[in-house]
Amino acid sequence: MTALRPAGEAATSPVIRVRGLSKRYHQVAALNRVDLDIGRGEIFALLGPNGAGKTTAVEILEGQRHRDAGEVSVLGADPARAGRAWRARIGIVPQRAHDFAELTVHTVLRHVAGYYPVPQDPDGLIDAMGLAGRAHARLRQLSGGERRRVDIALGLLGRPELLFLDEPTTGLDPAARRQLQALIRQLAADGTTILLTTHYLGEAESLADRVAVLASGRIVATGPPAGLGGRDRATATVRWRDGAGQHVRLSTTPTQLVAQLAADTADGEVPGLTVTRPSLEDIYLDLTGPSRLGEQS
Amino acid sequence: MTQLATAPAPAGRRIPALLPTALSRGTLEVRLFFADRESVIFTFALPVILLSVFGQVFHGGIGSTGVPFRQYFAAGIIATGIMSATFVNLGAGIAADRDSGTLKRLAGSPLRPAAYFAGKAISALVVAAAETAVLLAVGVAVLGVRLPGSPGRWLTLGWVFVLGGAACAMLGIALSSLPRSARSSTAVFSLPYLVLSFISGVYFVFSSLPAGLQQVAALFPLKWLCQGLRAAFLPGFMRSAEPAHSWELARVALVLGAWFIAGLMLCLTTFRWRERG
Repeated sequence: MTALRPAGEAATSPVIRVRGLSKRYHQVAALNRVDLDIGRGEIFALLGPNGAGKTTAVEILEGQRHRDAGEVSVLGADPARAGRAWRARIGIVPQRAHDFAELTVHTVLRHVAGYYPVPQDPDGLIDAMGLAGRAHARLRQLSGGERRRVDIALGLLGRPELLFLDEPTTGLDPAARRQLQALIRQLAADGTTILLTTHYLGEAESLADRVAVLASGRIVATGPPAGLGGRDRATATVRWRDGAGQHVRLSTTPTQLVAQLAADTADGEVPGLTVTRPSLEDIYLDLTGPSRLGEQS
Repeated sequence: MTQLATAPAPAGRRIPALLPTALSRGTLEVRLFFADRESVIFTFALPVILLSVFGQVFHGGIGSTGVPFRQYFAAGIIATGIMSATFVNLGAGIAADRDSGTLKRLAGSPLRPAAYFAGKAISALVVAAAETAVLLAVGVAVLGVRLPGSPGRWLTLGWVFVLGGAACAMLGIALSSLPRSARSSTAVFSLPYLVLSFISGVYFVFSSLPAGLQQVAALFPLKWLCQGLRAAFLPGFMRSAEPAHSWELARVALVLGAWFIAGLMLCLTTFRWRERG
């Protein structure tokens, strides 16, 4: 799809480019020289424990919070100075909202659609978010998961080029979460850039093209989730069974080990064989754990 | 079932204009006001209840003039109704908008801030006009209040309503940055509203108040709003019961206009889109 871009913004330039972003609250560094590059159509997940600076970073990129230092370019503009036309191109799903409580889902979506130049059809969005049966319920009457879906619908309403999702699936049941993940993949495939924060590492692993791990305001690792922290090359644990019982061996060359084991069996099948590398969670906990934080301070 | 567009919107289209978004905000604000039971009871119904209850309590005339005090009281309670629909409704409403994430959501959307404030103004105007109409209807039907008797008096009612409402609305917006949360906004808005209504010539004839209280009240808009409305509702000879023995309409316009401008300046310098911290 070759939509026209405002002048001065090359189609290949990153949608988000951050260099040396820093932010302090009183004397505490919330963000410390953060660098980020996110390309068009990419799904990028920002991971990190509570208080790591995820929401601060996202709010600065949304133009909702001022930064102390660093260069930030989002859709070719500095969010701190960007205007209404720029805001029409982004969608924001905040972590928590309880506004519009006394109005119905349909009224709210139809109203907010009027803010945007080319809005999504509110009824189509209500269907896609699985809210068709609740369209005429007041927001106050919705369950936590339903309210979350309304917030996501509000973020999608302007058909944004860049969508910020702050913990989008918190409070959703597994079916709704899976539905939403499919929608996010579809949006990204059609050219929407997505920046999400999440606590669910499985979600980041299955959804994100790349992730960055924030700990104490610094990015401690970034890359595709499969290779984060070198986990695709890390020492593997190989487990198998034979007449002598259960075996566990750590190996840096597990493929060779498995080939050797297979050759040693009569039929080429190794009973109970598993090869595991550190999970994203193992790497994440290692990156953000107390020992690691201690090293930095 | 309609199809969801999963591709981003084409770039470069025009943002919706101010007027339609302001009207849309205004409609939404009015719906929100009347959907919220608390605001309907405390902001809208309270002046009506006070008029009905005190109207029954207050018998007799003002001094030896033969003018029933109910007529004087009706002008005052309409003034408090206007202040309630503008100052309290807007101020507490904006504090609640900050608390609930409404302002943050709007700040992240392409909506013009002017559309938000115009929407608030429309809602304040509609609520204040409805409030005034209900008070007039109740006053006439239950208490035998007499409506303004000439086009000139209706005109006075009109401009005092607009100017007084605008001044109170600006003050409400200006003070909306004060409360830390929506819960503490009652203290910031209801308290000055109640205190002023006792010293501004609503429940008591203004010139019968202690001189010190009169001077304090004269610093704030409600006293002048009441006085302007009395010029519309009371017979001309009653101007002799005013402190200056005149309706002082020019001064009413001046003081309300000054409060409007001061409130506007305060709004422009103190308004916060975000909660504190």
